[in-house]
Amino acid sequence: MRFGIVVFPGSNCEQDVKHALDLLGFESRYVWHGEQDLGGLDAVVLPGGFSYGDYIRCGAVARFSPVMSEVVRFAERGGPVLGICNGFQILTEAHLLPGALLRNRGLKFICKEVPLRVERSVCAWMDAEPGTVLRIPINHNEGNYYCDAETLARMEANGQVVLRYCEPDGTRAPGGSAPNGALDDIAGICNERGNVFGLMPHPERAVDPVTGRTDGRVVFESVVRRMAEIGG
Amino acid sequence: MIREDLAPEVALELAVELGLKPAEFDRIVEILGRTPTVTELYMYSLMWSEHCSYKHSRKTLRLFPTEGERVLQGPGENAGVISVGDGWAVAFKMESHNHPSAIEPYQGAATGVGGIIRDIFTMGARPIASLDSLRFGPLEKPRQRYLFEGAVAGIGGYGNCIGVPTVGGEVYFEEAYEGNCLINAMAVGLMREERLTRAVAAGPGNLLLLIGSTTGRDGIGGASVLASQEFDERAEEKRPSVQVGDPFEEKLLIEACLELLDAKLLVALGDLGAAGLTSSASEMASRGGVGLEIDVTKVPQREEAMKPYEIMVSESQERMLAVVTPENLAAAQAVCEKWGLRSTVIGQVTGTGRFVVREGDTVVADVPAASLAHDAPVYDPAAERPTYLDEVQSFDWRTLPHPDCGYVLEDAFLAVLASPNVCSKRWIWEQYDHQVMLNTAVLPGSDAAVVRIGDTGRGEMTRRAIALSADCNGRYCYLDPYLGAQIAFAEAARNVACAGAVPVAITDCLNFGNPEKPEVFWTFREAVRGLADACRFFGVPVVSGNVSFYNESFGQAIYPTPTVGMVGLLDDVDQRCTLAFKREGDVVVLIGETEDDLGGSEYLKVVHDVVAGRPPALDLALERDVQAAVIEAIQAGVVNAAHDCSEGGLGVALAECCLAGGIGASIYLSDDLPPAVALFSETQSRVVVTCAPEQTDALIDICDRHEVPYSVLGTVGGDALVFNDEMRFPLSRLREAHESTLPRYVGTAEAVAGVSE
Repeated sequence: MRFGIVVFPGSNCEQDVKHALDLLGFESRYVWHGEQDLGGLDAVVLPGGFSYGDYIRCGAVARFSPVMSEVVRFAERGGPVLGICNGFQILTEAHLLPGALLRNRGLKFICKEVPLRVERSVCAWMDAEPGTVLRIPINHNEGNYYCDAETLARMEANGQVVLRYCEPDGTRAPGGSAPNGALDDIAGICNERGNVFGLMPHPERAVDPVTGRTDGRVVFESVVRRMAEIGG
Repeated sequence: MIREDLAPEVALELAVELGLKPAEFDRIVEILGRTPTVTELYMYSLMWSEHCSYKHSRKTLRLFPTEGERVLQGPGENAGVISVGDGWAVAFKMESHNHPSAIEPYQGAATGVGGIIRDIFTMGARPIASLDSLRFGPLEKPRQRYLFEGAVAGIGGYGNCIGVPTVGGEVYFEEAYEGNCLINAMAVGLMREERLTRAVAAGPGNLLLLIGSTTGRDGIGGASVLASQEFDERAEEKRPSVQVGDPFEEKLLIEACLELLDAKLLVALGDLGAAGLTSSASEMASRGGVGLEIDVTKVPQREEAMKPYEIMVSESQERMLAVVTPENLAAAQAVCEKWGLRSTVIGQVTGTGRFVVREGDTVVADVPAASLAHDAPVYDPAAERPTYLDEVQSFDWRTLPHPDCGYVLEDAFLAVLASPNVCSKRWIWEQYDHQVMLNTAVLPGSDAAVVRIGDTGRGEMTRRAIALSADCNGRYCYLDPYLGAQIAFAEAARNVACAGAVPVAITDCLNFGNPEKPEVFWTFREAVRGLADACRFFGVPVVSGNVSFYNESFGQAIYPTPTVGMVGLLDDVDQRCTLAFKREGDVVVLIGETEDDLGGSEYLKVVHDVVAGRPPALDLALERDVQAAVIEAIQAGVVNAAHDCSEGGLGVALAECCLAGGIGASIYLSDDLPPAVALFSETQSRVVVTCAPEQTDALIDICDRHEVPYSVLGTVGGDALVFNDEMRFPLSRLREAHESTLPRYVGTAEAVAGVSE
């Protein structure tokens, strides 16, 4: 099982994902955005950062990087793809995931640990009991998830909503629990097949106990387990 | 042939307009043996400005101890560098960006971060952390809120994008900073010792490679017009002198430059900061004892019809100057190309010792390279003790009525806890990415940030860590500059000690008014003397720093503000300590002793609206012993929380420990002191610690061995902070007071609308 970590100009969490995977004992290598060969990789991670500076819509330029057409092909073949923060934004821009990420409701960048509720989903990257509360840091200016009502209903029905912002006890506040104003408190979603997962929180920041909790490990461990099951 | 384009009297006129003194102009004529050209005048005016030449401070700064066994690079380079063990080295420096930020807070603060980050990777180090020390006027004023919000957004906007965590800092709001805010940015970088790179040009025939952004007219005269003059009613007109930042370009520069150094493709590397190409090139040349030749037509320009002098002094951001051998040029340019960066050969190193600037075939400047960087005049300014000192120091706070019980005392306590200088700074640091690189082991909000040493995702991770803190109480420095500067040092060291780390070196950012005023210069000299004496006593060298003068508006100087940026070392990151109370039943102990020190206190300001009296006394030997006891107790695992007592006093310190841990405490204050003194006194050399009951003897033993006083204050537990079984503050009430202040002023549009003017 080998992870590829895509590096766009302006990515800044690629080394964090690498460190998290090293710590968990999973093999990985960096994939430069100009590469067009994902051979030998079993899963692909698009890390956080500010690809191309994100001076226009976040992720809007990165989706045209040479590597992205390969990532799309990899995902269409069922290969597991994870987009964290800016990576999530890129996945929506590339139409691998529905919806868009708007500016935070408070118009401010937010960096803090937040409680997240695991929803019942088909996601290959989230093998945890629904209702489990994970605490993982967020770190973004544009994490306010939005999609139309029809898409939301379809995602709900398909089990594509993977993580929701919640209160510390796992409930959702009547006025919303999302610190960024996300629609329906959505923090992370997957595609219909469950192999492509995008989330605003940074699971790689919750792996090494030196930096705090280790609730983020489940994301990487889940996909490794799933790949082992299907003999990937 | 040099293009002589100025008549002597016109040249003098221009020189004065550019901020040079007539005597300085004469000196230039003497050096050149002729009338300087326009380009030369611009170059000298920038390089001989206060900001670049330190002409008023240089002699005084010699008081600082700058050597020590860990010091690999002291002051004089882009940043100081110390050895932190096992072949790792840490580069760090603090720098001001006050005047640009006072005019345009977002870009001023953002480019302040960008500039100091470049100083770090220029040394060969990967930037791993930054901190910010900020000063504004009172938040009741709309303009101050604009400056504060803009500066915080600018720091975040830049730092978050380049992927360097902003791990700590400090902020104060005082009337004295209303017309002249302070934005001091500190950056820290990590490298292997053998990677240490110096900006020294060498090898005639080697090429000058300009890497990064194009050059425009932004920031022309930044160092002279902005940084080396006071503000007046024309301040707004200086907006064009503020640079504009591009953090994406900076991120690419970091990666490309570190890759170039890894591949050993560079002879030297320098960043273009104040005075742009002129400063970077002339400093590299003079350090190497060589000459340089630059053709300005080769410099990629973002604006049309730029004059040679504009190109030579432009402060356009995100540019680096490298020296490469002709053989390595292609390989070096390939690395730049990979990162999507422009790189252009703009000239070469020569053996003449002269700095020659051409515009095509025409020579527009030809000066001795060393004269720009090293021949600036050095002044010995007059110093005179300010008259205000007698008045403020003679104030006796005992003449005021002080609350001693009941609601009045409770309200005073909550008011101090909620004051903008004391309250939680969460609103600020939650806008900064403080975690990227996965080494931030103690988050903002504690006494010092703790950052593990490791090359995340690229190389080795270690168990070692550094602790970082930036501190200065300007109010103390106003009341007594010598003592105030010593307290700035002591508090920074104490903060680092409270994390369990040993203080090893500092950088500083010395912010003062106009040094040509004897009263201002006296405060500067006293502060430097105080800081230097404290450094010597602790054996902690100053390895880098920055002086920012002319922080005045309409003739009114800021509080003397010598900010100290401290670096401490921790052998094992798992030994780190935080302020949070942790376990029910733990014993709360005060190391040190409370005296009646209300002079200059936050309590006097908040409750009585008085800034006067004498700051708390500081006994350096006691301070050293208290810190040694705290560090030993933490490293031995005897204590599980530590927090220094600073602004607001013991009561505030205890409340912060409770809030951080989400648990209360029952505290018994001594009857020997009036309640207001017991709660609010800002006596130095005090640290609140907690230990398990069975560790109390071990803690007492450590205190006894270090001969430091201690007292048992009470126990951790419950959901309220209770004093003497009488005054009870539920955590929710403390949290409301501590957390709501900044959001109320600047948090949301609705909250701002609710603030009365």
